[in-house]
Amino acid sequence: MAGVTLDTVRKIYAGNVEAVKGVSLGIEDGSFCVLVGPSGCGKSTLLRMIAGLETISGGTVKIGDRVVNEIEPSDRDIAMVFQNYALYPHMSVYDNMAYGLKNRGTPKDEIEKRVKEAARILAIEPFLTRKPRALSGGQRQRVAMGRAIVRKPQVFLFDEPLSNLDAKLRVQMRVEIKRLQRALGVTSIYVTHDQVEAMTLSDKLVVMSGGQIEQVGTPSEVYRRPETRFVATFIGSPPMNILPGKVEGPGRVSVGGQILTVTDMREGLSPGTAIEVGLRPEDVQAGGSSSSTLVMDVDFVEELGATQLFHGKVAGAEFIVQASTGQIAAGTRKLTLSVDPANVHLFDPQTTKRLGRV
Amino acid sequence: MVESGRYRNLLAYFVLTVGIVIVAFPVYLAILASTFDSATIINGNMPLLPGNQAVENYHRTIFIGSARSTREPVGTMMLNSFIMAMGIAIGKILISVLSAFAVVYFSFPFRKTAFWIIFITLMLPVEVRIYPTYKIVADLGLLDTYTGLVLPLIASATGTLLFRQFFMTIPDELLEASKIDGAGPFRFFKDTLIPLSITTIAALFVIQFIYGWNQYLWPLLITTKDSMQTIVIGIKKMITTQDALTEWQIAMTTAVLAMVPPVLVVVFMQRLFVKGLVETEK
Repeated sequence: MAGVTLDTVRKIYAGNVEAVKGVSLGIEDGSFCVLVGPSGCGKSTLLRMIAGLETISGGTVKIGDRVVNEIEPSDRDIAMVFQNYALYPHMSVYDNMAYGLKNRGTPKDEIEKRVKEAARILAIEPFLTRKPRALSGGQRQRVAMGRAIVRKPQVFLFDEPLSNLDAKLRVQMRVEIKRLQRALGVTSIYVTHDQVEAMTLSDKLVVMSGGQIEQVGTPSEVYRRPETRFVATFIGSPPMNILPGKVEGPGRVSVGGQILTVTDMREGLSPGTAIEVGLRPEDVQAGGSSSSTLVMDVDFVEELGATQLFHGKVAGAEFIVQASTGQIAAGTRKLTLSVDPANVHLFDPQTTKRLGRV
Repeated sequence: MVESGRYRNLLAYFVLTVGIVIVAFPVYLAILASTFDSATIINGNMPLLPGNQAVENYHRTIFIGSARSTREPVGTMMLNSFIMAMGIAIGKILISVLSAFAVVYFSFPFRKTAFWIIFITLMLPVEVRIYPTYKIVADLGLLDTYTGLVLPLIASATGTLLFRQFFMTIPDELLEASKIDGAGPFRFFKDTLIPLSITTIAALFVIQFIYGWNQYLWPLLITTKDSMQTIVIGIKKMITTQDALTEWQIAMTTAVLAMVPPVLVVVFMQRLFVKGLVETEK
């Protein structure tokens, strides 16, 4: 087993387009790291550089203690699962899994042992003689994972492996991938644009945007204490509400004249400074008993079954509130919302960085 | 679909039958003529049912030939044609699959130029470049050889384009998966590209075999020995005789024999062809 260390890794494409702008990241041995971000943020490029499918324009990639910049993909001791599975259509499931081992000159009985074992773990034993086209999407995905497992690599790389599956299967496979990774204890790097996958799978969550890392942390750290406005609005569904506000004094901000108290606020901000106030839809409560409240005009309500989403405006800005069904009376046009000071996130409008305590 | 009624069906079958008769009757006539003796054909009143000379005609054609015009048994001509057609078909497939592999999967200086040069040769079939080609083949001492018959017809832009188009539809991930699985370029070619191209290869083989089999101008130019003539040339020689009666029964038998190999190739390769078309999934 081995960890992966990236040191100021860059990717510059022809025409001077910088897709990855100096990313440094340490991924511990045996951990599950998820790279998440909108499309075009460089996450896939980064993964492909680790795999050796893209050349590295600058910086170093280390797997274990070995710098792999100039090493062929097949010699990097990695295995990759692709979005469209990339199974060899003309080979049986067995041969698909055995191909990499055959090319390495692994003895036949060893190949058979490993393929059988992987097939057992993934419950694809009945399909070993079939061709990929005779399998369903979920089964193909399992075969693709089987092909990775039999190699017993140092690192698993996943490139949006669940995007081609339907919603139900995606949830099921997500759980299986997590369970499998736990059982095998192999360092895994997983790329996705789906923040639910990112939150549920990762030990270490890396949020990327514009070829750079926005924030690294455990899922709950990233969710609880987003370092930038981008992370705040990208992680969490529905996204965090961002309201324009002003600094009133230490631990006090105002939004449209309504005063809010804040626990996590940078010291030394001068009163009157413009500031952005972030509130998660699930962190505000209807009912005005608290000292810190906001008034919201409700436009419409979305029913999600267990919860409801109230869409409207607070101080002229779009605002969403999530509440358990029945908690707020139907037909409410005006809501008073109480805000826990610990749940207020502040961002600098210019740099978009968090203005929390240092 | 047009709605089916008894009357409409009858009409459809009638039209079909007329079409088939128009296409098939000359072929039937040739087969028929190959079962009569010369005199019956020449007097112009050939019956519409087969005669009793079939064994005699086919035996004589295959093993002896037409004594006055071709001086070689048709068996030899068929062998020559077969070698030429196979050589052209297999050679073209080899050359074009390799050049398409190079053009699609390798980046080397002047790759685009190389591709366009291949593309331009589409506009230069044998007939256009016949003199320089003849000169080169003659200077190389390849007149009256199988190599001379096959080589100039092998270079094929059609095949290269066909394989290039096909290779470009193969997802890049397959190449990347191969790289990670430790397969170098040659292994990827052998283990993945070729198996996936089987149907394309079959299609190209059918087309090129028939193209090779039906060659007339090129073999006519470069073969002078009787032992090297192809069956198409043989038929032509048998029909246009200057100082003797045309042996129609031999000519017709030869024509029927000339039809057999292409038909067999189509019949057998078609199964692979259709199977491939139905099963294709990448």
